Amino acid sequence: MPDPSAAPEPLLQIRALTVSYPAGAHAGALPAARATARPGARPARAEAHLEVVRGVDLDLAAGEILGIAGESGSGKTQLLLAILGLCGAGARLRGSVRYRGEELLALPAAQLNRTRGARIAMVFQDPATALNPYLTIGRQLTEVLRVHRGVGARAAERRAGAMLEAVHIADAARHLRQYPHELSGGMRQRVTLAMALIAEPQVLLADEPTTSLDVTVQSQILALLRELRERTRVAIVLVTHDMGVIAELADRVAVMYAGTLIEQAPVEALFAGPRHPYSEALQRCVPRLDGPPPQRLASIPGQPPDPAALPPGCAFAPRCAYRLEVCERSAPTLVQAAPRHWKACHYDEPLGRPGPAASTAAAATLAAGEVP
Amino acid sequence: MSARPAGERIPMSVPLQRPAAPEPPAASPSSAPPARAGAFWRLTLRRLAAQPTTRVAAALLAMIVIGCLVIPWLSPYDYYTPHFDLLSRGPMLAGAHLFGTDPLGRDLLVRVMWGCRISLAVGVAASLVSVLIGVAWGAIAGYVGGWLDSTMMRAVDVLYSVPFVPFVIVLTVLFGRSLWLLFVAIGAVSWLDIARIVRGQTLSLKQREFIEAARVAGVRGVDMISRHIVPNLLGIVAVYATLTIPAVILFEALLSFLGLGVQSPMASLGSLVADGASDMQAHPHLLIVPAALLSLIIYCFNYLGDGLRDALDPRSR
Amino acid sequence: MLRYTLRRLIIAVPTLLLIATLAFALLHAAPGGPFDSDKRMLPAIQRAIEARYHLDEPLWRQYVRYLGELSRGDLGPSFQYRDTSVNQIIAQGLPVDATVGLAALALALLVGGTVGVSAALWHGTRWDHAPMALAAVGISVPVFVVAPLLILVFAVALHWLPPGDWVAGSPSHLVLPVVALALPYIGYVARLMRGSTLEVLASPFIRSARAKGLPSRLILWRHALRPALTPLVSYLGPAIAGLVTGSIVVESVFGLPGIGRFFITAALNRDYTLLVGITVLYGAFIILCNLLADLCYAWIDPRVRLR
Repeated sequence: MPDPSAAPEPLLQIRALTVSYPAGAHAGALPAARATARPGARPARAEAHLEVVRGVDLDLAAGEILGIAGESGSGKTQLLLAILGLCGAGARLRGSVRYRGEELLALPAAQLNRTRGARIAMVFQDPATALNPYLTIGRQLTEVLRVHRGVGARAAERRAGAMLEAVHIADAARHLRQYPHELSGGMRQRVTLAMALIAEPQVLLADEPTTSLDVTVQSQILALLRELRERTRVAIVLVTHDMGVIAELADRVAVMYAGTLIEQAPVEALFAGPRHPYSEALQRCVPRLDGPPPQRLASIPGQPPDPAALPPGCAFAPRCAYRLEVCERSAPTLVQAAPRHWKACHYDEPLGRPGPAASTAAAATLAAGEVP
Repeated sequence: MSARPAGERIPMSVPLQRPAAPEPPAASPSSAPPARAGAFWRLTLRRLAAQPTTRVAAALLAMIVIGCLVIPWLSPYDYYTPHFDLLSRGPMLAGAHLFGTDPLGRDLLVRVMWGCRISLAVGVAASLVSVLIGVAWGAIAGYVGGWLDSTMMRAVDVLYSVPFVPFVIVLTVLFGRSLWLLFVAIGAVSWLDIARIVRGQTLSLKQREFIEAARVAGVRGVDMISRHIVPNLLGIVAVYATLTIPAVILFEALLSFLGLGVQSPMASLGSLVADGASDMQAHPHLLIVPAALLSLIIYCFNYLGDGLRDALDPRSR
Repeated sequence: MLRYTLRRLIIAVPTLLLIATLAFALLHAAPGGPFDSDKRMLPAIQRAIEARYHLDEPLWRQYVRYLGELSRGDLGPSFQYRDTSVNQIIAQGLPVDATVGLAALALALLVGGTVGVSAALWHGTRWDHAPMALAAVGISVPVFVVAPLLILVFAVALHWLPPGDWVAGSPSHLVLPVVALALPYIGYVARLMRGSTLEVLASPFIRSARAKGLPSRLILWRHALRPALTPLVSYLGPAIAGLVTGSIVVESVFGLPGIGRFFITAALNRDYTLLVGITVLYGAFIILCNLLADLCYAWIDPRVRLR
């Protein structure tokens, strides 16, 4: 069980969180999903419910930046949505999400609304669609204050202006009267950050906040996040598939694959020595600028499993260069590999040397990425 | 644990965050090979058939079509010969007058079936005409773009402002009533919506990557339109065609009701309703039977169109 | 906004011109002319009438005269009612149309809108399926079917409401015609609002609003309603055109002395000036309504830039 990275009680404590959707959600759209079910895949469960987040345990301390890395479909977005009760229709949530000791999962809407926005806020991936195009920026900023803090109209406007300045938008007064389509992408993302932080929440959930922005703007937003954390001590859960963003911003990293947490460590430790084959492969996918250019870009062969047809045992096993016999039979649980470093893997040797399954296509990929 | 917080009044009707399952292998950018296109239509048909309401609607329509083809042929009565001994009788089994007779003693069942024939024939034929015109107009305007597009769509805008029913009424008054005039007038009116929709779709299709890929591969002009654009329009055109039919049937019925459609002794459902309405206090069956049948036909087509739209839209419920 | 309005009005002129020209062409393309009806007239009288209606002038001159009169708003004399002008007849019928039409529109928007939005909020339950099934029925039953049926049920069988005629200031005479006219539009509006509300509620910005912890009622009224209204506003143009058409039927069935009924009698009596005059009026009205609808749309949606 991962223990909090700081001695005091964690701000956000997630235990055994499972999010599942009824299988009918996939029935009409993708009959092909059935076709990819492999023999030996878990039948009955998959029929009834697709689990997209499976038994996740996480802690978040005040003021820390926790990065959650994973590819599309790993469940990282669903994880964030589950915290605030924003999952889609038919979602079933099991487990526990405690914010400062208060259980959020069973809360009725009226009470959950007191937490949303005011104590735990969320920023979404695409700023273009996250803002209501029919309302002015000012309106969308001030309403948070007026609903949660009972602030009057004029005072709310002043604070909205101050918030815009805090996210480095100059000429705030003019922008308050503008509509979202009149701003650039980077400015819109700053506005969504301002909107999230204006009520001074203690936790910010950021779902791929820089993915839809171009690179220069991306680095500005990341710097902004760091600055905001310094200033307000807000804790940030940063979900992304970009390891570079993790490296730049996060204090701790949790890697997700197929709905489960497969590795968790401080950021330096993860990059210096990943303990899970998936994390190692992820890093290998990023081409390095030092040394001669590789012949081929490295990638991880295969595809993430369909939640309707999860393999028995470790979900990553089919694509793993280090897989053992036991991996196909039993799913590994999180075990401590080093101080504050957990991994869910049966393979205990250090990674980097060719593993037992290296004769698969994975070897070719490894070889391609090797520096000769 | 509950799904979402109790008391949440705004339903998340469409799950936004439905996790993506692995996609089937991406289609090549060239035009869809026939096998895959067939699979698409089969899937659509399956989804269409999955909804019970659409099945019922389709079954009812099928029954009506069969009825209107078969009954006048089987029945001993025709639609125009009066029988002065059996005037305006209510529905009865004696003498096989299942729906009764009209004020001239003509069998109502046969007349109503003939009326269905006219309504369905005009409906389907005129819709076909307007679909053809509309698709051609919209696809060309959308694909060519530029000044041609503006001109063509400006023409559509202008035509939209013309009050059609009055105009058609004026036409029929001036030039007499004929089935041909009906066809032309109705067909000339109904293509506007389809043209707009098709143009919009064409515009958005033009931006899609597979069109660029085809262009890079050297596909041009008419080839591009027919092989790449039109097949991707078929879905939405099918929906609108199915929804145009009831509108056209309604229009024809309206004209017949006003006395400007088919000429007696031929009957359309609209003219039968008009006849029935004038006599409804004494003989309500004369109004109710054609009215019910007309409404049923329109209702079923509407449901089919809706069902088709839902079946083609991967998101909707 | 003002510039856009002016531009649209200017563009409307050629459209009106087209309608007027078509009307004029039809007027004079009628085989046999306006006086070929039953009565045979003495040639002298016929010539006098032709002179009076300027039918003896060359066609182009008649056209110019026609346009001139049109630009002054003069729709000419009626052929049926020899001493009355078309304008007078229209003025007579207008209050009836206005009352019935506005009432029907209001009914359609209010009832249809409420039903549609509620169905969206109760999506998937029977409070969604049942009203929508009724709406589908409402759309499918033509107005000329509904009107006689309403009379049959409420006037003849139940004697609750009068079967027709127009008594100024009497609301009970309004009920059946307005309901008959509005019924399909209630259905259209309900379906439209349900669809667009559902779509808006699934939008990412509504999810953002929920993530901000805003109460449901606030989200509905402030965030969701305005976007949801835009398809309805787009529909208003065709809706009003349809109401105009529907009023023709409703007025004939209920015997209301409105423009629509004059239209029908004009058609039956071959009163061409009245016929064509009303058509031009309808055209102008529809153009105006489309313009108003577009302005409304631009007012609601800040992303629309009026060029």
